[in-house]
Amino acid sequence: MGNYFLQRLAGTIPVLLLISLLVFLLIHAAPGDPTLMLLGEETNAADIAKAKERWGLDQPIYVQYLKFLKSAATGDFGKSFKYAEPVIHVIKTRLPATIELAIVAIVIATLLAIPLGVWAGARPNSWIDNLGTTFGLFGISMPSFWLAIMLILLLAGILNLLPTSGRSTYGVAGPEQTGFYILDSILQKNWPAVWDALTHIFLPALALGVNMLGILMRITRSSILEVMNEDYVQTARAKGLREKNVVWRHVTSNALIPVITVVGLELGTLLSGSIIVETVFAWPGSGSLLITALNARDYPLVTGIVMTYTLAFVAINLIIDGLYAVVDPRIRY
Amino acid sequence: MQSLTLESATDKSAGALPRLLPRLHVKAFTGGVIVLVFIVMGIIGPSVAPHDPNKQELTAMMKAPEGIGTPHVLGTDNLGRDVLSRVIHGSRVSLLVAFAVVFVSGFVGIALGAISGYFGGKVDFLIQKLVEVIWAFPPLLLGITIMAFLGQGLFNLILALVAQRWIPYCRVVRGQTLSLRNRDFVTAAQCLGASNRQIIVRHIVPNLIQTSLVIGTFAMASSIIAEASLSFLGVGVPPDIPTWGTMLADARIYISTSWWMPLFPGLCIFITVLGINLLGDALRDMLDPRLKRSGAKI
Repeated sequence: MGNYFLQRLAGTIPVLLLISLLVFLLIHAAPGDPTLMLLGEETNAADIAKAKERWGLDQPIYVQYLKFLKSAATGDFGKSFKYAEPVIHVIKTRLPATIELAIVAIVIATLLAIPLGVWAGARPNSWIDNLGTTFGLFGISMPSFWLAIMLILLLAGILNLLPTSGRSTYGVAGPEQTGFYILDSILQKNWPAVWDALTHIFLPALALGVNMLGILMRITRSSILEVMNEDYVQTARAKGLREKNVVWRHVTSNALIPVITVVGLELGTLLSGSIIVETVFAWPGSGSLLITALNARDYPLVTGIVMTYTLAFVAINLIIDGLYAVVDPRIRY
Repeated sequence: MQSLTLESATDKSAGALPRLLPRLHVKAFTGGVIVLVFIVMGIIGPSVAPHDPNKQELTAMMKAPEGIGTPHVLGTDNLGRDVLSRVIHGSRVSLLVAFAVVFVSGFVGIALGAISGYFGGKVDFLIQKLVEVIWAFPPLLLGITIMAFLGQGLFNLILALVAQRWIPYCRVVRGQTLSLRNRDFVTAAQCLGASNRQIIVRHIVPNLIQTSLVIGTFAMASSIIAEASLSFLGVGVPPDIPTWGTMLADARIYISTSWWMPLFPGLCIFITVLGINLLGDALRDMLDPRLKRSGAKI
């Protein structure tokens, strides 16, 4: 099994190299000049030349790429044009917000989807199944950013219940430790700040998680349906177990394997969904940072974020494959 | 015991079939009607729309919908443009983009998948490496990057969406071709002296159409959402072309004052995608039950 993962790991390296080349070329060849965007149209030629020299833009593109590769190999993605700080550092300050959002989104999605899916799958064609299936279909078809807008409109605008932008109210949260506001506030036992962070994260996380909710619900349902026909379920029933125990103990634990894969697969969608949901909610994460960086043609920052996302995506897929073997001991690599 | 199990088995199938059939029909019917309505709206809608979608009426800016019979049934936007007319015109562009993406990516994906599976070897290796690279991009991210490179535009948007959407076709088609190429009818065609091209086009591709149709419906749903997402982020369709995505982008800063601006275009996206998904589900259940069981999300 160890060998298999080493092989997989080695296999991802050429893929990552190709992706970095692709992104690097696309971004550098995109119309728009970062020097003009950051320094303004009226800057004189000498200043522009100086900026280009400092950012290494005066060199041929392949030299720039090789330089990028060389430093990227040591974990250095260069300096952001816009923030004049190392890209890694800029991303590091923004990434916890995105990860926190993604985790809460997954939690909301799984907490709702799995019970719904189990209920629906355990009683096929009942009213609860029809309701659950319809709900799942709605979740899948919902454009998350539109749901975001509608949630703002309804819960925040009309009912005035929840905040609509940012991660916390100014002055409530204590100093940052981990960058995860909920965790930070719990560590500092600052309960009002925990509540504040939760109210801020709820709407964006709900909007982000809705597609995953729909998909998970459907996968859980069909997986349950399949397991219900297995012999050991009959055995459990024959033993005289109550239906509730049969469903939750014997069926659900076996039906959750495909669900894990889907959670993993959907993480990628979640990452890209965060780009757009963060923009709607002014959530200071790496997704909205990407759009800012892209508009400023901040080459190193864009490349850095895209590479971070891709790395995360590839890593998640590897981990999911590993988890698969843990959950189902029959699977050997 | 034997008779008991037999009995219960027949019981089950007799009960399941009639229960399954209407359900399938309801899905297919609802989905079909929804999709048809929007297609008709896209085709003849623009010629019956009450207003020019780009005509700015500065005296009637941000008018709330006042009901049927008033000049602006769904209200007007921040520049005094009629929301109903824009939604109707938007359906044409949004559906056009989606159809174009589905057909082009279907063509590319099926062709590359069939070639990859049929020839194997180096060709297969190269194509699969390409698939792997593109598949490693989180969705939307590739679209955003390509659009940054190409710039806003309808054609560019279609290209950027195709860049990722041919992958599911390619993967599934390759797998099927791998098993098809060893079947007797392919061997027979080879013995008769058919060229590789003839075998792929005449004998293999027809067997791939059903599955590809299912993939196509889901690709269509995701294309509509992706088009809207990219346009919303300002890297999709240029702002002067009314699509559901650009309308939502316009509406973004007026959420708190004009609920009708984001509501209607978003509702159109949601209902269209819902219809396509229903249709896709029904199609999948009818044509290829295996896809459903494996839980493949396409």
